[in-house]
Amino acid sequence: MNITIENLSKKYGPQKAVDGLSFEVKTGEILGFLGPNGAGKSTTMKMITGYIGIGEGSVIIGDKSITEHGDEVKKHIGYLPENNPLYLDMAVMDYLRFCAALQGVKGETVDERVRRMVKVCGLNAEKHKKIGELSKGYRQRVGLAQAMIHDPEILILDEPTTGLDPNQIVEIRNLIRELGKEKTVILSTHILPEVEATCDRILIINKGKIVADGTAENLRRQAEGQEILKVRIEDSTVDKIQAELKKIRTVQRLDLIDKNLNRFEIQSKPGTSSSREIFRLCVEKGWVLTELTPLETRLEDIFRNLTLN
Amino acid sequence: MSAVLVIAKRELNSFFDSLMAYILLALFLGFTGFFTWILGGGDIFFIGQASLSQFFSYANLSFFIFIPALTMQLLAEERKIGTLELLLTKSVTDRQVVLGKFLAAVLMLAIALFFTLPFVITIFSIGNADLGQILSGYFGLLLTGAAFVSIGLYASSLTSNQIVSFLVALIISVFFQFIFQLISMSMPGVVGRIFAELSIASHFESISRGVLDTRDLIFFLSVIFLGLFLSELSLTKRNQ
Repeated sequence: MNITIENLSKKYGPQKAVDGLSFEVKTGEILGFLGPNGAGKSTTMKMITGYIGIGEGSVIIGDKSITEHGDEVKKHIGYLPENNPLYLDMAVMDYLRFCAALQGVKGETVDERVRRMVKVCGLNAEKHKKIGELSKGYRQRVGLAQAMIHDPEILILDEPTTGLDPNQIVEIRNLIRELGKEKTVILSTHILPEVEATCDRILIINKGKIVADGTAENLRRQAEGQEILKVRIEDSTVDKIQAELKKIRTVQRLDLIDKNLNRFEIQSKPGTSSSREIFRLCVEKGWVLTELTPLETRLEDIFRNLTLN
Repeated sequence: MSAVLVIAKRELNSFFDSLMAYILLALFLGFTGFFTWILGGGDIFFIGQASLSQFFSYANLSFFIFIPALTMQLLAEERKIGTLELLLTKSVTDRQVVLGKFLAAVLMLAIALFFTLPFVITIFSIGNADLGQILSGYFGLLLTGAAFVSIGLYASSLTSNQIVSFLVALIISVFFQFIFQLISMSMPGVVGRIFAELSIASHFESISRGVLDTRDLIFFLSVIFLGLFLSELSLTKRNQ
């Protein structure tokens, strides 16, 4: 099931929380939804899941609008809201049965679905406890289990891995990736490596507008522009090396990072590469090149550039 | 199972899980029992009639405070801990949520009334009680109770604070229970009659006497309907 969002806007008072978003998510795609706090991520997700009304524009799920066929469309959506609200006085099994019944899972299959979710989310040891007695990580698993209880075609997950320990994060990521093969997934997060690890596509929004849309590599390529190399050269003094490096035509900027280890950071002019020249220089002078690493633009930097201004 | 029943069942279970149900049951039975059977002046033995009319009027009197205590958390708590979002993004409509909550509270009320069955058995063993009047009295209690539940549900839909919800329900209930009647007594003519018609107490009185008038029925159903309608409206407000 595809999600098509066109020109989606939402105002809170005079402030525009979401401002003309348009994008599409296809079946089998995992979309990472990024943005600083207050950028409009949760508001957008609330509109997609039909919790709050749409200001302007449209959300089409499959071929039906969420505003007109909300009841029917919601059957196909599994939603984990921000902060993972739960009924703390309910036992895990009862809660999952309750969610299954509300989502229209047929009577005979409820128990089977609940058992399956308990297994998939690793809740077996805790399934008879009250949710209020569980640790944060287990509550998060319960939240995921209720979202997937009716085997929805669309999963909307608002920060699914908060509160989990590193092992659990890896498990949940694997689970999401596995599910994402057949389903349409939108997940929001603050953890940037997570996006790279799980998502096929990244959408960065800021102040309610899309500022970037593409795969991680795509975004990197757009942001890169200039090559940056980390270089360590031995068997000479810092000053000599620095003087020689500066003579290379393609070098735009040269920074000394570590005086004792002779480490430099070299930024090349746009569209050029200095790595071959540096190697040739070392061979010529008889220096030993012990490190030559191209510095990848990190997603964090891209994120900062796009959202801080 | 329909979504309304699923929601009602969960809500009813949570009344009992949170001890709320037991406390309210004990208070309600203790209060009505004490005034009906034990308190010297005005109890059944003092009046010397095999009739439950004392019980009915005390039970009705206790509703304006017990029922807001029962309904205060229905929607306010869900709003506070955020489960309302969870509930409304499931495949249910706002109306089903409102009806489910209403049904749960009315069922709770019915359970409380069921536990007064010993009163009925006792009165029949004491003397010749009028079964028709007793049935009519219970029916009246269910109707007034449902009206107060509807008012309480609306109060609960307005806020995420249970205390505020309780107080709002209490204020509205006090008007329907006492103040409209007091105003009607001090106002002559049409205005007085209008206020008399708005008073839950006066409508309940005639039902508890064993007189089933369609006007009373219409009154209670209108209050119930209005409360439910306004509750749904205030849930839908989040869409703007």
